[in-house]
Amino acid sequence: MADVLERVTKIIVDRLGVEESQVNLEASFKDDLGADSLDVVELVMELEDEFSMEISDDDAEKIGTVGDAVNYINGKM
Amino acid sequence: MNLSMNGKTFVVMGVANKRSIAWGIAKSLHDAGANLIFTYAGERLEGSVRDLACSLNENYLVLPCDVTKDEDVAKCFAEIKETTGIIHGVAHCIAFANKEELQGDYTNVTRDGFLLAHNISSYSLTAVAKEAKDLMTEGGSIVTLTYLGGERVMENYNVMGVAKASLDASVRYLAADFGKHGIRVNSISAGPIRTLSAKGVSDFNVILRQIEEKAPLRRNTTPEEVGDTALFLFSDLSRGITGENIHVDSGYHIIG
Repeated sequence: MADVLERVTKIIVDRLGVEESQVNLEASFKDDLGADSLDVVELVMELEDEFSMEISDDDAEKIGTVGDAVNYINGKM
Repeated sequence: MNLSMNGKTFVVMGVANKRSIAWGIAKSLHDAGANLIFTYAGERLEGSVRDLACSLNENYLVLPCDVTKDEDVAKCFAEIKETTGIIHGVAHCIAFANKEELQGDYTNVTRDGFLLAHNISSYSLTAVAKEAKDLMTEGGSIVTLTYLGGERVMENYNVMGVAKASLDASVRYLAADFGKHGIRVNSISAGPIRTLSAKGVSDFNVILRQIEEKAPLRRNTTPEEVGDTALFLFSDLSRGITGENIHVDSGYHIIG
């Protein structure tokens, strides 16, 4: 779990240029981390690469917070 | 006759990030010794394009160019003329359609959505070609990106397929116009590649799996493969080719 969060956090910090301290499980990509819709698509693609998995469009739409992403990845691993 | 691009300058339009097909083309040209100029649309992409351009060569020019505005395109190429003088080719890798119109029935398209897709994805080639022509005084080569969805019905591709058909016809008419100036115009029909734009097409991952199963080469297309074909089309090796479309798609287009 911690490992997944760590890897997700690194991607978010890289992609969105936010501070690591801003990234927590409750943080919303759009509302708290300043991501626009293209950022979210890029993040999903980075996550697909990092964790070697496919995230379907329907599933991607349900990922709103960092916690959603971490739970989704843990559920698929 | 070789593939060295030393002393030649190319304008690469449409890089968004490291996954972009335009980026694959830029890398192939750079590796062959070309000088590059990048254009981007909108401030959002500026940082990403500047970082990428800088990673190849910090002296590469990076300019804004919104292809929906004639004055923007004119200004961009005027600046290129001022700084570089002549150019030898343009990679046009620009397309856009509303995401909600890239799913379900084609007929859900609106008049505005139809015009938007055609404006950015098709007319922009002609708009750019008009301005670029005067800078290609030593002859030149224009390469654009199309897709099989312009020739046949591909699920969810919808209005973008109609726009690509218009783009394909533009390539032929531009080639006919520009041949007398020693300028060639061709397109590459790339197989689906996991880019930011492609992710706008509904269920894109499903499309990628179909290619892996059915294409003669049994694998998906990479931006590097498209980049190397673009390099060929920009080079003298392809000097007898204009108005042509080359499929770089692992052979998928021949499958019935």
